[in-house]
Parts: sequence; C-alpha cells; structure tokens
Amino acid sequence: MEHDDNAPANTGRRAVLLGGLVAAGGAAVVARSALSQTAPDPMAGHDMAAMQADPYAAPMAGMAHGDMTTVGLVDHARNGFDPTAMLTDWYTGTTSILPDGRTLRTFQVDAKDKDIEIAPGIFFPAWTFNDRVPGPALRAKEGERLKIIFRNYGSHPHSMHFHGIHSARMDGVPGAGLINPGEEFIYEFDAKPFGCHLYHCHALPLKRHMHKGMYGMFVIDPDPDKHPTQAAVAKSRLLGTPENANWQELMMVMNAFDTNFDGGNEVYACNTVGQAYMNTPIRIDKSRPVRIYLLNVTEFDPINSFHLHANFFNYFDTGTTLVPTLTNVDLITQCQAQRGILEFSFADHEPGMYMFHPHQSEFTELGWVGMFDVQEPGV
Amino acid sequence: MTDQSHPTRSPMSRFALVLLPLALILGAFVWIASLDPLRSFTNGAPPVEALTIERTVLDAGGIHLLARAGGSEPMIIAQIAVDDAFWTFTQDPAGPIDRGDTVWFNIPYPWVQGEAHLVNLLSNSGTGFEHEIAVALATPAFTAYQLRTQALVGAIVGLLPVALGLMFFPAMQGLGRTGMNFLLALTLGLLAFLLVDMTGEALELATTAAALFQGTAMVWLSGLASFLLLMSIGRWRGRPIGMALAFYIALGIGLHNFGEGLAIGAAFAAGSAGLGTFLVLGFALHNVTEGIGIAAPMLKSKPPLWSFPALTLLAGGPAILGLWLGSLAYAPQWTALALAIGAGAILQVIVEVGSYLLRQNPDNQSAMFSPAVIGGFLGGLGFMYATAALITI
Repeated sequence: MEHDDNAPANTGRRAVLLGGLVAAGGAAVVARSALSQTAPDPMAGHDMAAMQADPYAAPMAGMAHGDMTTVGLVDHARNGFDPTAMLTDWYTGTTSILPDGRTLRTFQVDAKDKDIEIAPGIFFPAWTFNDRVPGPALRAKEGERLKIIFRNYGSHPHSMHFHGIHSARMDGVPGAGLINPGEEFIYEFDAKPFGCHLYHCHALPLKRHMHKGMYGMFVIDPDPDKHPTQAAVAKSRLLGTPENANWQELMMVMNAFDTNFDGGNEVYACNTVGQAYMNTPIRIDKSRPVRIYLLNVTEFDPINSFHLHANFFNYFDTGTTLVPTLTNVDLITQCQAQRGILEFSFADHEPGMYMFHPHQSEFTELGWVGMFDVQEPGV
Repeated sequence: MTDQSHPTRSPMSRFALVLLPLALILGAFVWIASLDPLRSFTNGAPPVEALTIERTVLDAGGIHLLARAGGSEPMIIAQIAVDDAFWTFTQDPAGPIDRGDTVWFNIPYPWVQGEAHLVNLLSNSGTGFEHEIAVALATPAFTAYQLRTQALVGAIVGLLPVALGLMFFPAMQGLGRTGMNFLLALTLGLLAFLLVDMTGEALELATTAAALFQGTAMVWLSGLASFLLLMSIGRWRGRPIGMALAFYIALGIGLHNFGEGLAIGAAFAAGSAGLGTFLVLGFALHNVTEGIGIAAPMLKSKPPLWSFPALTLLAGGPAILGLWLGSLAYAPQWTALALAIGAGAILQVIVEVGSYLLRQNPDNQSAMFSPAVIGGFLGGLGFMYATAALITI
C-alpha cells in the first residue's frame, strides 16, 4: 500500500516537471515568434534557447535544419584551418622565370599526422598535407612548369599523385615518388590540361590513405592566349585577371570520415567540418556570378552529389572545356576523384538563405549540408 | 606438543602484525600511482570505451536514453545520430561520464509509432555506440492508473494462480503414501524447471548488463550465496517440515515471481511487448502448480487458516512489486540479480523437499524411483515446460 501513498507525490512532481516544460516551451515559442518578425538571422538556427520544445512541430523561420544538427561548434583555431577561409584560400606558390621564358611555379607541401576536429567534439587522427584537410588548393596557369617539393614528416610512407599529364617517374605511385618518413621528393611537370583537378596520396592501402585526409584540389587555369576564340571565357577563369575578380570563386571538396574504421562513414562534410556552412553560411553578393570548383573524394560510398536549391547551374565536367558539358541543371553526381566547375548566378533572386547539399539524404543528415546567404551588394 | 608450537600473541602484537602488511600494500599503491613504473607499457592506445543503454523512454518530447559508461577513462559523448541523422540532444548531468556513472540523453527526435529506430552515440574519439529501438512505442507514463493496472496484472499472474493452487489442499489431504510421493515429486519437478529457467534467464540478462557488473559471476555467486544463507537459516532449528517448509517454498516462488514481475514491468516500460490477455492467462496457468507445490508439504499438518492468505501473499505478492519496480527503474543487472537470488532460494527448497520426500519413505529407498515419484517429477517438469511455451515469445 505504500506505493499508493507515493503515487500522488510522484504524480505531483511529474506535474511540476511538466509545467516547467510547458513554460519553457512557451518561452521558446515567444522567443521564436520574436525572431520571425525580424529578417531571418543566419545564426538563429544555432541559438540553443530556440531548440524545439516539441520534436513534432515544424521548425520556425531561420531554423532550416530544425533539430537535425550537430551540437556545439568546432574550434577552427585549434584545427588550424577554417572551412570558410578555405573556400577562397588558393595556394599559388612562388614563381620565377625559366631561361626559356616560361614561368616556374614552386609549391612546398609537407605530409604530417594531425588530430583534427571534424564535427563538434569528434576528433579524427588524420594524415594531412600542410596541416589541413583537404590539403592546400594548388592553383597554376596552363603551360607553366610546376615544381612541388614534397617532404614526408608523417609516420607512414606517402606520395602526391597528381591527376594531370606527366611522366611515369612523377606519378606518385610506389617506386615513382612514394617516399618514406623523413624523405623528400620533387615532382616536376608541365601544368596541363587546364581544368579542375586533384592530387592525393597514392601509398597503399590506397583506401586508408585517402580517407585519412590525404587529398587536395589542383586547379589549372586556362591560358587565354591559347584559346583565342574563347579568350573572354578563359580570362574569367584565370586567377588574377579583372574578369576573374568579378567572380565569386569557391573551392569545395566533398569528403567524409570513418571515425570508427568499420568501412562506413560517420561524418560527411564539405571541406572536412560537418555542418560548417550551416553554422556559418557562405555570404554571396547577388550581383556577382558564382563559380564553384567541386571535387568528390568520399571513400566507401560509390558516389556523392551536389544539389543547389532554388536555382540552376552550368556544369563543366573536370573543368577541361570552356563550354559547359551540362547546361541548366540543379544536381550533378560525382564518383570518387570526379570533379568539375559549377557556374550560376543569384542576380534575379531575392536575398535570403539558399541551401545546398548532396541529394543522398543520408550524407546531408550526417553533416554535408550548407547555406548560401545571398545578400544585396555592399551589405 | 605440535599444537603448542604455535606461539600465542597478545592482541596488540597481532594488531601490529596486521598493520605492517596493510601499510606495505598502501605504500605499494602510492608507489605505483606516483612513479608509474608501468609507463613503458603505454603504447599510445586510445582509452577503452564502453557504453551500455539501460533504459529507453519514448514520449512526446522524443527519445530518452539512460546510459552507463564503463570506459577506462571518463567518456565524452560528442554527437548523437538517430537513423543516420545528427540530432540535437541534451545530457543530464552534463560533462564527461565517469566509469560506472549513468546519465540521461534527451533527444527531441520525432520517432514514429511502431517503426524501428537506430540511435548512434558518437564519442569524442569517433567510436559509435549503437542502440536499436526495435519497435517504437510510447513509454507508459507513471500514473496512479498505470500502478493499478500493473497491480491487477501482477495479481492475475502471481496471486490468483497460487491461491487457486492452494485450494486443492482439502482434496489432497488424507492421501496415501503413493499420492504424497507423487505430489512431492510433482513439486520437485516444478521447482527444477524454475531453477533451470531462472538461471538461464539470469545469465542471459547478465550478458546485456554493463561489463563492470561482471554479470555471469554475479549471477552464480549471488545464487550460491542466497542458497547457503537460506539453508543455514532454514536449518537453524532442525530440518524444516510442514508449514515451515511450505513457507520456504513460498519464499522461493515469491522471489521467482518477483523476477518475472520485473521482466514484465520492464516490457511495459520499454513498450516492447504488448501484454495480451493470452500472455496473462498463460502466466496464470503456468503458476497454478506453484500453489499445489506449496500445499504439498503441509498435508500432514493442520495449518491455521491465516497461513493460506499469508502463503499466497508471500508467493504471489512479489509479482506486483516486481511489476511496479520493473516499469519504474528497470536495469538488466538488477533483474539478473533478483533472478539469481530467486534461483538460490529455489535450490534450497529443492534440497529440503527432496530430503522431506526421502524421510517420508524411510523403509524403502527404492520408492525414489517408483512410478509415482518419477511420474510426478516428470509430470511437474513437463507441465511447466508445456505451459512455458504459452508465455515464451
């Protein structure tokens, strides 16, 4: 019978708890309706006070992901790289003029072991190029002589295997530029063909070296002099020209991490940090066109994809042409090491938050999702 | 003379001699902890992580999990993905989870009635701990109505069959020796089934408990301890017979029903089993023999009337307590412990009923293998086994 005596006390306590919950929910609703009266704040979705009290209610304005989110924020300073800065951080190396008048472009790349935070609070024992994942985004001009000084400070043999045109000796496979810890190798070849390429470690087992983080973007801009009939297009692609400066160019590497090494990915991302561009949307000036250099290096899953909300784009597969290989699409797929260039404009759109994500819902919900924060020029 | 060779010590010097090794043990621990002489074995391996989900509560606020950490170091759960989607969550209490501690994870996830969900808790090292919700059903809220419903179920599966079984008492009185032998052997058969069943169930539950409880050892040792304790209490004033033996049987069966109640209560709480009328009736039928078993050793005595409700309460009442407790604070290790203690108690009454049966036939030991005894024993086992099929899903 003592249980009967306890019952009212327990129901009483429960009623108090429930009352508290209702009150908190009410406060959240008030707070959210206050938010909805102002323009959507890109950071509103990350206000923990606005967490849904009712998991079944539709999220309010400014909470595009609702409760589907990682908890907390990644410490980019501790990682030593910031996904937002990475978007526009091209590594152009140092240049000198060769006796034959050509430009020699020299890059310095070091392999190192490093623990990185890939989602808030989750650390991954990565193998990196220049302390970052993805590695530095190398950028050169078609026809230049390239020299990449590669040093291995890691704990395993590594290499740099470039997707491009070069001799067998420079291929970065075992026996051709794959070096032991503590060694150095210099890769030398001409920058061709122009396009959106990649490099990655080709040490074996390849799967492990890939998904541990040893990959990066390698862009060769077209030389306008070599494409006289399409000089204007080539100029807009060539970094450093006024035509190119008008474009908002973004570097995106679709990657994923198998944190428990079971052959399946736990965290998906664009530029390593899950949900980075949900937490910090990418600011876009609507008056200027957008060009994305997109690369897929996701291991274990056969394909990845890119879907742009509320807009369509032109696509240049592998970036080796100056005319689009696909026009007016809102989704493209890429298998591992496939890459390409996306060009689109928000000029005719009203300002707002425009989502982008792969249309494999699973990848989206495990971190690979972001927002373009499209604004009027000068905002 | 050899007896005298042991030197006699004063209590003081004996105390000092105990202190010396104690001080050395303490010193050794301090030395190992401070100087870390095993440093060279440190190979940079990540800490061992273990997380056991002990309770799952589903309600309008989402999914709530009670988790117990068992890592070599305090654990941090960094993110939670439900059905391969990162989901926001709160942890109560917050912070790293010490070895052996429990926390609640509250995940406002819109789970779907009747469907399966998979929760993946990711630690800061990226290790995933998966917890499957096979069939999502709302956890019954803890209300007076629920308590009453559970008490009713407990009464039907616990009290009612024992009471009905005891009603056979007048009919069984005045039976001859063969009839008595049959009934006692029937009781032994039923008890033997319960012993095997409970031990198996306890061991199975023990494997789902957090490793630090060392489930298997806990089950065997607590069962043994309960057996030895009850034997020594029971034999305090000679061998228990008649009403005393009936009470010991009732106690053993009561502990069994308590464990069964815990399991049913937990099924209630987890929403994992719909407790249909069929299942409840199965339990009731299964337990009718318990009343007959309790009555058997009293047939030669004249038990007072109050002893019947008392025996019923002792044997059947714990089912109600078990249901309440199981639905409120279920954890596999505590249910395994309750079942193990019950198994020890059952073993004690098997020994006592067996020796009582032997004493009933002092002149003829071969009566142990007479058709009545063997038939009764196998009949008890068989009945329990057959009716268990009704309640095993």
